Amino acid sequence: MIKIENLHASIDGKEILKGLNLEVNAGEVHAIMGPNGAGKSTLASILAGREEYEITEGSILFEGKDLLELSTEDRAREGLFLAFQYPVEIPGVSNINFLRTSLNEIKEYRGENPLSAKDFMKMVREKSTIVELDSKLANRSVNVGFSGGEKKRNEIFQMAMLDPKLAILDETDSGLDIDALRIVANGVNKLKTPQNACIVITHYQRLLDYIVPDFVHVLFDGKIVKTGTKELALILEEKGYDWIKESAAV
Amino acid sequence: MYAVNTTQVNKLSQLLAPLDRSSLSLEKEKMQDLQDFLETANLPTTKDENWKYTRLTKLSNASFSGSQNANIPFTVYQDAYRIVFDNGKLVRKDAFNGCRSLTELTSHELTQLKPNKVIFDALNFVYAEDGIFLDVYGDLDKPIEILHLSNGNKVNNIRHYIRVHSLAKAEISLIFSADEESKSFSNIVSEIHLDNGAQLVINKLQVERGLDVNISREKVTQHRDSVFTMNTISLDGQFVRNDVEISVQGVNAESNLNGVYIVREQQFIDNHTIIDHQVPHCLSNELYKGVIFDKATAVFNGKVFVRKDAQKINAFQSNANILMSEDATVNAKPELEIYADDVKCSHGSTTGQLDEEAIFYLKSRGISDSGARNLLVSAFVGQVLEKIEHEDIQTFISKKLQERFGWEN
Ligand SMILES: Nc1ncnc2c1ncn2[C@@H]1O[C@H](COP(=O)(O)OP(=O)(O)OP(=O)(O)O)[C@@H](O)[C@H]1O
Ligand SMILES: [Mg+2]
Repeated sequence: MIKIENLHASIDGKEILKGLNLEVNAGEVHAIMGPNGAGKSTLASILAGREEYEITEGSILFEGKDLLELSTEDRAREGLFLAFQYPVEIPGVSNINFLRTSLNEIKEYRGENPLSAKDFMKMVREKSTIVELDSKLANRSVNVGFSGGEKKRNEIFQMAMLDPKLAILDETDSGLDIDALRIVANGVNKLKTPQNACIVITHYQRLLDYIVPDFVHVLFDGKIVKTGTKELALILEEKGYDWIKESAAV
Repeated sequence: MYAVNTTQVNKLSQLLAPLDRSSLSLEKEKMQDLQDFLETANLPTTKDENWKYTRLTKLSNASFSGSQNANIPFTVYQDAYRIVFDNGKLVRKDAFNGCRSLTELTSHELTQLKPNKVIFDALNFVYAEDGIFLDVYGDLDKPIEILHLSNGNKVNNIRHYIRVHSLAKAEISLIFSADEESKSFSNIVSEIHLDNGAQLVINKLQVERGLDVNISREKVTQHRDSVFTMNTISLDGQFVRNDVEISVQGVNAESNLNGVYIVREQQFIDNHTIIDHQVPHCLSNELYKGVIFDKATAVFNGKVFVRKDAQKINAFQSNANILMSEDATVNAKPELEIYADDVKCSHGSTTGQLDEEAIFYLKSRGISDSGARNLLVSAFVGQVLEKIEHEDIQTFISKKLQERFGWEN
């Protein structure tokens, strides 16, 4: 699905990613954990195509294509999806109008016919139940006046609508209460198939109780310094990152 | 020795030369007075506070002559009383109660026209070809659509008079459309009166595609309990200057000014508005939004006066602009002059760019860069457009935006 090799990236002359390697295959769920400022969101942003970052070294292959050569919109059209850590509020643009534009542009790119208004609305109703998103929110301006939890649900609702091959969830669990966490996590699980894959960035093991990862990576100081199975998350929960920092410093 | 600054030379006489004085039975004294005034007047320069950012070189360098007949390109309302001016000449006027053209009026009736001694008003009066003289009584059953077409390089001086009598109600659209090759100068003055309890909506739709110069002025007086709403939508126009002046003379009146301007290439749009609260207990709302592409320029100048004894006034004014290119320019100046103490007023003007975070978010969902920008821009102006009540006008505007920018609503 995606293969990241020796990725170095900097912003405003400051190097944030310092030789990151990661490979994710179809059907897998990968969790990325790591202390604040380690570069997790930076990695997510670079995958989504944010242009402020300078890639100084390394490569990213997504479904055999050079991801770094693709525009942000083409990455989405190729099936990459980022659930934002901080979803943006867009006054005046309705969720519905936004998603219809988005779906149609993706379909056009793939040479498929646009959805009829009726089928589109049917799909909106179906998919909003996956994350139990209040259907009224679909008609409101994108994320405007949404609570923190509603914003996160809206991200997963969009993911359900766009049906990506690779979804990157950047701290989708933060700001969610216990019930919402379960709902959102179950939503993500419902969308899981052997053909798609998921990278889950999180600070908390409790999310991984619901979305069970095949691999857990620790990102520290711009690199993946440790990889394990889901048990690694439990150890991190208990011991924190200090022991990893020490071994990484060696 | 210093060279004479030739740009300051009065080019008015050159502009007036091909024009015929009005053949309407206008008051001789007013006519003479204004003609004398015009003989010594100069075209305004940027030294004139009212024209500070507005260069009239397009006018002073142009030469005007005749025109051909224009085709009626579109209608806005599905059902309306239709009036069409083809290059200044009235070519269609549906018959309905209270509607006459200036050529049908007696000299006595024409004394109702009150020109001011300012250049384009005076010019309009002295050279007026025709116009609509409208008395609205009761609740008009259909809207009125007044289409002003131009396709030549002629000067069109049209003067309208609209009086909405006590408790009467009307909606009127003033539409300006020019062919792509048109190089005309349209100078339109509308005198508008709302009697006690009258309600009037004016939609001013400017969709000139040519190289026209359009200068138009609405002079509005409002009496007790009246509600006046004007929606000014300018979606092109090489050179457009709008002056709206509302004199609120009766208590408990409401005035709403909504404006959207979207200009591109080298276009120029200037909206000047004045709301003059002379009496207490009134409300005014003003919201103008502009999107400026390419090398286009927009000017917004909104004045709100609250006179000494005009207590309990609520006056809100807001202007917001989005610059779509580095070469786009906005000169915005909201002005509030308050001489009463018990009032609630606000005003503000902002000019900025589209939110790049929002654009990235939209693109990350597969929407193209231009698609993302279109969504944001149409959302921005949508907050004004949604205030327009008549569905046909909404449809007309979305169609125009769709044609021009591929925007979907
Ligand atoms: N524009 C910028 N200029 C300089 N440094 C930046 C800029 N943007 C991000 N950084 C730095 O990059 C580092 C990595 O940030 P990033 O947001 O990727 O961390 P993170 O791992 O997602 O942290 P968190 O767990 O707090 O979300 C931080 O030290 C941050 O301050
Ligand atoms: Mg982060």
